[in-house]
Amino acid sequence: MNRYIIRKHSFSLVIGDMPINVLEFLEHSAAVYPDKPAFADEHNSYTFAQTLHIAKAVGSRLARTVQPGNPVAVFMERCALAPACFWGAVYAGCFYVPLDAQLPEHRLNLILQTIQAPALLVDAKNAAMAQKLRFNGELVRVEEAAEAAVDERTLQIIRDSTIDTQPLYAIFTSGSTGVPKGVLISHKSVLGFIEQFTETFGISADDVIGNQAPFDFDVSVKDLYATLKCGATLCIIPRQYFSMPARLMAFLSQHRVTTIIWAVSALCVAASLKAFDVQTPLYLNKVLFSGEVMPIKHLNTWREHLPEALFVNLYGPTEITCNCSYYIVERNQPLTGSLPIGQPFRNTRILVLNKHNEPVSEGAIGELCVLGSGLALGYYNNPEQTARAFVQNPLNPHYPERMYRTGDLARYNERGELLFLGRSDYQIKHMGHRIELGEIETAVNALEGVRSCCCLYDENNQFIYLLHESEGLSEKDILLALRQTLPKYMLPQRIIALEHMPLNKNGKIDRIRLREEYVPGKSS
Amino acid sequence: MDKLLEILHELRPELDYAHNDSLIDGGHLDSFDIVTLVGELNDAFDIEIGVEDLIPENFNSVAAMWSLIQRLREQV
Repeated sequence: MNRYIIRKHSFSLVIGDMPINVLEFLEHSAAVYPDKPAFADEHNSYTFAQTLHIAKAVGSRLARTVQPGNPVAVFMERCALAPACFWGAVYAGCFYVPLDAQLPEHRLNLILQTIQAPALLVDAKNAAMAQKLRFNGELVRVEEAAEAAVDERTLQIIRDSTIDTQPLYAIFTSGSTGVPKGVLISHKSVLGFIEQFTETFGISADDVIGNQAPFDFDVSVKDLYATLKCGATLCIIPRQYFSMPARLMAFLSQHRVTTIIWAVSALCVAASLKAFDVQTPLYLNKVLFSGEVMPIKHLNTWREHLPEALFVNLYGPTEITCNCSYYIVERNQPLTGSLPIGQPFRNTRILVLNKHNEPVSEGAIGELCVLGSGLALGYYNNPEQTARAFVQNPLNPHYPERMYRTGDLARYNERGELLFLGRSDYQIKHMGHRIELGEIETAVNALEGVRSCCCLYDENNQFIYLLHESEGLSEKDILLALRQTLPKYMLPQRIIALEHMPLNKNGKIDRIRLREEYVPGKSS
Repeated sequence: MDKLLEILHELRPELDYAHNDSLIDGGHLDSFDIVTLVGELNDAFDIEIGVEDLIPENFNSVAAMWSLIQRLREQV
């Protein structure tokens, strides 16, 4: 049942009681805006009513063979039909695991091995690839499922047993051991976060959101669910347009895009390629970004050309449902230094703790830790990593209270705003993606002929360095081999062969010496 | 042409440039590659690749890139 009461004249929402399933957003928008375009790509567009119908059809088809509570892998192009397939899995009482068709086979197999999904939804374009994957469950063609008869009775029975703490999706992030980790997020977390997110930044049915992020990347969760909750429109921007600024800017104007929620790297590329020399997107009034530190010079280019727009720096790892803090960039205020990550969203608490698990004194550096209902359920099928990252709040000895340790270093400035100061380990942010350098090292060490290797990151130039000691391996050999196992964004840009890997007095690779000798600028 | 191939091989050594005519449309070169490539080509050939030149047709193949470079050199 739809739990919203709709005011007849204003179309604004009065919440009867709290929603417990994200499908209530879809059903609400389909009731209020049935014929409005909801999701559009280069080739197709689906209204809210069509999206609802397809989601129910896919859900009915899946419910025939898949038990509620299971993961359903969704392996398809980033297209306007994909969201309906995600919610089809949800109608079947399952949670979805988006798989990017750009990922190498090896990585797809690792993910499938971790989730052990009983079903994999696949589109025509990726069907041949799906056949090659190490997958023992049922392959369900999206085109066939979308045409299935809707079984309202079964869907209702499944729905009646919904609780808001059940998983909604799992998104995989880099893991230092070489196996990606599946971050499991509940309905409750997304419902709570999207409520705060859309309210804080005034996203409404009038907005057209220009999607940049792939659907297996949690930046896109904001695009999908802000669209769904507010009855906005999501336009999927073709990936190659980000290399071609004239096309990108024309797209934003032509589709009257008002809102972009992009990875920092996408904004930087557009500024670097002088996209604004072609045209300024006329309708753009909200520019939100996250994923890594935003360089002030590129942000200033955007601000200069869009002086009236709202600019927001968002911060937060996938494990806390998109973002836990935000910083609204003040208009006309010159920016220097680094951009704060600001203040926590409502219903989120941030602690900055020192190595003794005590809150840091004013201005001191500590690890950023997060509490609130946005916290992930954990890593799917990975209790050890879950126990390590999601811990009892050390400041509360009285009752169970989960806290997520981000591994990010932060401090408060004199205005009480949080500043991000890098990592406490070897995790980096590169091209908007979170990468464990250890995962690249594991992949390199697995290559025949490699004796030893070390990865370092040059933050200034955004290059991943690979230093290796090996026998008979050229740069090309290494890259060709790594392309089989790692996503493109994890491939090193600088590969240096060493005769002998330097070791420190403990017999470990001397990262400090390697950095001093080979990597210019600030690095990890 | 050799210089162009050298730059491309340094940028992405694993790509088979001789037999690829969809470097952009096929997603083989991404936006980060293009940012680097434009800077390198401008320096190496003393040209100014403008934002209006950044269309897939000019970067989908080595031949297309070479033709763009030739055209821009003639304009200098």
